Amino acid sequence: MNSQVIFLLLAAISILSALFVVFSKNPIYSVLWLIVCFFSIAGHYVMLNAQFLAIVHIIVYTGAIMVLMLFTVMLLNLNKASEPHKSIIYKGTAVVTGGMLMLVLLAAMRSTELSTYSVPAATEAGFVQNVGMKLFTDFLLPFEMTSVLFIAAMIGAAVLAKKEVH
Amino acid sequence: MNLPIEQTNPQNWYLVLSTILFSIGVMGVLMRRNALIILMCIELMLNSVNLLLVSFSAYAGNTEGQVFVFFIMVVAAAEVAVGLALLVSIYRNIGTTDIDILSKLKW
Repeated sequence: MNSQVIFLLLAAISILSALFVVFSKNPIYSVLWLIVCFFSIAGHYVMLNAQFLAIVHIIVYTGAIMVLMLFTVMLLNLNKASEPHKSIIYKGTAVVTGGMLMLVLLAAMRSTELSTYSVPAATEAGFVQNVGMKLFTDFLLPFEMTSVLFIAAMIGAAVLAKKEVH
Repeated sequence: MNLPIEQTNPQNWYLVLSTILFSIGVMGVLMRRNALIILMCIELMLNSVNLLLVSFSAYAGNTEGQVFVFFIMVVAAAEVAVGLALLVSIYRNIGTTDIDILSKLKW
């Protein structure tokens, strides 16, 4: 299999699963299709030589965020009946708006010429060693700041989701 | 020792793919009224931008783009944690996550 076939296969999987996320009635199915979409995006990262990001993507998104989403669906007791049927006009308007946004962006892209594409040499920029070097030298301060952000988000989530005691 | 994969596809393909994924995310935000699904569509949009950044980083051969994607992932994780906590809190107080009913702040 050459890389074009792999790209087209992964792109088809990611687009179809993204469409299923939007169009499936049951929130559980939406979450599961989003997991499929994230796995295919991780496949794209592997094809782009970003192995570190592919693994982090699987761990963070499909491992942590989607489990959190599934637990929330369970806690909120969401099912097919919890979302009443919307009128076809509303849905059609949303589809037309999204499609027009896509059309405009694609039309703008058609006239661009990418100077970066001239069959680039295979790069090791995404390997763990290089990303780690970058992260712990040039981006050390932002990296440490993210830990503060995470502490704040964790405390905030705990405070928000706590039951109030009167 | 693993060798890097040669990039033979034009980069425009990644541009088109991330545009399509982003538009699907926008469509979902506009179409669904369940706040949880809207959060998921926002995740989809963030991921399409991540894919674009990684593709530019791979085709230009520098690492900075991937570091930015790493930070975007961190922010997305924090955003989801706080957003879901807010959703649970809203559900406990109002009993629904339908955004058409959550219109108290509408002027």
